This record gives sequence, structure tokens and C-alpha cells, in this order.
Amino acid sequence: MNNTKFEYLLRLADSTLILSQRLTELCGKGPALEEDMALANVALDLIGQARFWYDYAGALEGAGRTEDQLAFLRDAHEFHNFLLVEQPNGNYADTVARQFYFDSWHCLFLEQLRNSTDQEIAAIANKALKEVRYHLRRSKDLVVRLGDGTEYSHRLMQAALNDLWMFTGEMFQADALDLAMQREGVAPDLSVVRKEWMHFVSETLVEAKLTLPSQHDWMQSGGKQGVHSEKLGYILAEMQYLPRAYPGAVW
Amino acid sequence: MSKQWPLWEIFIRSQHGLSHKHVGSLHATDAEMAVCNARDVYTRRNEGVSIWVVRANDITASSPGDKEAIFEPSNNKVYRHPTFFPMPDEVGNL
Repeated sequence: MNNTKFEYLLRLADSTLILSQRLTELCGKGPALEEDMALANVALDLIGQARFWYDYAGALEGAGRTEDQLAFLRDAHEFHNFLLVEQPNGNYADTVARQFYFDSWHCLFLEQLRNSTDQEIAAIANKALKEVRYHLRRSKDLVVRLGDGTEYSHRLMQAALNDLWMFTGEMFQADALDLAMQREGVAPDLSVVRKEWMHFVSETLVEAKLTLPSQHDWMQSGGKQGVHSEKLGYILAEMQYLPRAYPGAVW
Repeated sequence: MSKQWPLWEIFIRSQHGLSHKHVGSLHATDAEMAVCNARDVYTRRNEGVSIWVVRANDITASSPGDKEAIFEPSNNKVYRHPTFFPMPDEVGNL
């Protein structure tokens, strides 16, 4: 049972870590100075959360793996992040759409995770929620501004939401591990989260004068199970280069 | 017509302060965004609990050239300072 929870924690840690890494690619390249700082702040928040998840996972595994070893010494097929977070930054609408889809899931998910029967998980979720509420405020605000903006921003925002739609399903697809965690009271019922998410996203898109992509589209999956696109390979190559080239390096 | 977002001056009140202090400026499209940006840019190190944003255009400042005329006369009028009254203890931290 411990192994199951260990892998479950890795899913949370990996998603926050990889998304953080993607956002960090934009450091110094944001569309405005204030946006640049905001993105960096979000990235830092996410990496802080990843550290909590990795720390607990390492302790549970009991093999002495530290957060650094878990983050930097696993290969792509051992990562369990959502496919959504490894998608490229693209133009700014792509970045905003990805962030919005993830933040809305993250916020609603953490609100449920606070009630986990696992005290440690509940505590981490509680702390993370404060940060994620702000992340969602930001990304929702940007979706509305860009959607209900100029013809150009509207067009790009709609295209971004359409392109990333097929990666959203994975966040709510409960596989054997999700169900096992749910049975133990550790994790929430993803169908409940999905209902709230659909409601929230639909409302936001109406406000943004955008169209919700079709609910009946086929959804990509595999990220949670370690089946990734080639994009993750490049992200890890950049992220893991230093510890792998200089094993045991310290600041 | 500039494509640049309007400039806003930012004032933050810290936990231990009574007044908002000017901390800098930033660009934003409107007041709500200015408050959010101020939160992201100027409160990273827990600097404050309250943010005020004012459009830079709405601030009128005294001209440096008028410094003498405006401020010199008050320089040597010591009788205007309230320091000659003996304060009774009952008044406390007035």
C-alpha cells in the first residue's frame, strides 16, 4: 500500500515540478516586466509545493531518496506528471490557457484534498491552496482579458484553449491508483472535481466571450502512467543536466 | 497614442506601520491589474498588508524650482514647534 501512495505523491510532485520548469523558461522573456515577475512567482510557488510532495514521497518509500534524487535522477518514463504541463509555452495565449486549465483543476482538487485521511497530505494541500487560489485568480483574469480583448487576442486565446483541450481529460480520468487512493479516503472523487471544474471553466469562458471546446472530444492520456511525449525528454535534459554531469555537486 | 500601459505609483503599508509608503511604480492596464501587479512585484518579501495604487498622471507634485519659496520660510520659526508645553503624565503617548 505504501508503494501505491508513493506513486500517487509522485504524480502531484511531478506535475507541479514540470509546470514550474516550463514557466521558468519564460523568465526574462515575459510580455511585460510585471507579467514576468508574476510567472516567476507562480513557478517558485509550484516548486515549493513539489518539494513538499517529494519530501513526503521519499520518506514513505523508505529507500533514502531525497527530493533532489527524485527530481533529478529519474528518467522520463518514470515521471508521472500530466501531459498538459509538459506542453510548450508557445505564444502567451498558449501559456495562459495551459495555466488556466491546470490552476482550475489544481484549486478545486486541493480543496477536496484538504479532507484527506492522510494528515500530511491534508496539511500540504491546505498550505498549497493559499498559493493556488492566487494562481487561479491570475490565470482566470488573463483568460477573460485576452478573450474579451482585441480581435487578435481573442483569436489566439480561443485557438490555445482548443489546442490544449485534449490534455484536460487526463486530470479527471481515475485509473486503478486513483480509485485505490479514493477508497482509502486519501484522494477525492475525481468525478466530483470534474463537475465543479466544468462549471467553473464554462462560466469563465462565457465571461471571456470564448467558446468551450466540445465535451465529447477524445482525450490524451498516459502522462500519469509514465507514457510521455518527446517534449518531456527535452525538459528533463535541461533540468537534470547539472546534477547528472556533476554528481554530488552542492551549492 | 502610446501603446504603453499607463503608469501607476504604488504605496504599501507594512504590518508595523500606520501610513502607506511609496515603494515604486509599474505599468498596468487598469486599477485591478495594478493592484495584482503590485502584489507580485512589491510584496515578495512580505513587505506589506495593504496596497494603494494611483495613476501617475493623477499625482501633482511641487516643483523643485520652487523649493526656496515654499519651504525656506518655515525653517527658522521655532515658536511654531509644540515643544515648550510641559506634558502631564496622564496624557500618555500624545
